[in-house]
Amino acid sequence: MTYTVSERQRERERIRQQSARRSTLVAAISTVVVAAVLYVGVRSAPGWPRVRESFFSPSVAKAAFPDVLDGLWLNIRVMLICEVIILALGLLLAIARTLRGPVFFPLRVLATAYTDLFRGLPVILVLLLLGLGVPGLRLRGLPTSVVILGAAALVLCYSAYVAEVFRAGIESVHPSQRAAARSLGLSTTQAMRYVILPQAVRRVIPPLLNDLVSLQKDSGLISVLGAVDAVQAAQIQTAKALNFTPYVLAGLLFVILTIPMTRFTDYVAARMNQRQQTGGLP
Amino acid sequence: MSALLSLQAVRKCYDERVVLGGIDLEVAAHQVIALIGASGSGKSTLLRCINLLEVIDDGVITLDGADITDPRVDADQVRRQIGIVFQAFNLFPHMSVLENITLAPRKVHGRSRSEAEYEARDLLDRFGLAEKADAYPDRLSGGQQQRVAIVRALATHPKLLLLDEVTSALDPELVTEVLGVIRALKDDGMTMLLATHEMAFARDVADEICFLDGGVVLEQGAPAELFSAPQEARTRQFLQRIVDAGRL
Repeated sequence: MTYTVSERQRERERIRQQSARRSTLVAAISTVVVAAVLYVGVRSAPGWPRVRESFFSPSVAKAAFPDVLDGLWLNIRVMLICEVIILALGLLLAIARTLRGPVFFPLRVLATAYTDLFRGLPVILVLLLLGLGVPGLRLRGLPTSVVILGAAALVLCYSAYVAEVFRAGIESVHPSQRAAARSLGLSTTQAMRYVILPQAVRRVIPPLLNDLVSLQKDSGLISVLGAVDAVQAAQIQTAKALNFTPYVLAGLLFVILTIPMTRFTDYVAARMNQRQQTGGLP
Repeated sequence: MSALLSLQAVRKCYDERVVLGGIDLEVAAHQVIALIGASGSGKSTLLRCINLLEVIDDGVITLDGADITDPRVDADQVRRQIGIVFQAFNLFPHMSVLENITLAPRKVHGRSRSEAEYEARDLLDRFGLAEKADAYPDRLSGGQQQRVAIVRALATHPKLLLLDEVTSALDPELVTEVLGVIRALKDDGMTMLLATHEMAFARDVADEICFLDGGVVLEQGAPAELFSAPQEARTRQFLQRIVDAGRL
């Protein structure tokens, strides 16, 4: 029996299209209205001409652009290297905290103390303590570069956060999975490696990426130690031009840098939702 | 138009795969119809389409004479009139039995807590679950959970109850208690459409049996006729397999 689309179904699809068009129209109108209100609101502020001159000057932005971009390259390198180290260290810490058995007691305590300490300390304090304290030791072999010390501080703080995210993921895998793995003769380590971790990591990818986005912008904090990153470069340019536009420019560049990561996070989360919802509502 | 629920040429596809290829079915008020057929024959999909959990690709479904597949129809409004019970119970694990049952009456139908709880306890008592009212689902056996799920569906006073293989996830000795509940509902005059693999039960409780094969109703009739003298070769083959497996 061959199937031909019925008149009723065509009518139905026409109605659906109509309502989709209406939704698009409503979205467009409300966007225009909101944008107009914002525009008029800002423009009508009495100080707007001066603010525009000192924060949004195209000529200053143009002059500062090469230096700020150079600085941003340092941020990019710091964040990429830090991300790799943080993920590895965070995972190790998380595993250390989930180890059972009396032999691992000291390891467990250390890992717990580490996460407690560095999750509680403000990043800026760790940066200052490390950046000013370590060179003060005058020990041979320890790095004195502000970039390396700044990156180390970021790693210390963020690996504590990431460790907790991983741990939550590991603990969210149902105990029956571990039991099933062990029943097949897999060792504790093998069960963790082949059964628990793959499921745990998949579950925590969205919050993990969220932490990495946060790290990307916090890489700007190394400027407090004097590293010439995008923030520091902007500060120098601001002082030179007696105009705040370089700050806005640096901010814009950071946002542009994190947008791909944010979109990727959304995409991963949406895909996981979709997979979990098979069997749910359409 | 006497049928409570009526399906005409209902079609549902997932991408290229046709799951329902033009289903016609009428369920009169107080009638119990059992859908039988192999896994993948479209029984569950059919129930999900009726509850508007799936959007059909053609055809029409009417409830009480009203077209519920019109895109302008509020799906929530339709679902308030239809109860559905799933194979996997789907109780909310963070709520007690009583909370599971009173959620919809209170939040959707605007009943007071005392009124909803009074009725919920009444239903629980009727199905032998009175002492489980404050227990959480993970403390119950599968059969108890499924009975709670049925009570939850009943608490909103649906015109129609859809049951999707409600005993498939249960141990054999727990099946009986759930089937007992369904039988009691039939005696109350509840209109039910149930997908099932329990042939003996279907034969016993249903007014009419529908054999689904390849997304169409291949054969439909009174249990006595369909089970003893199936007209279609596919039906005979299906029933033979069930008999061979010792299930009928």
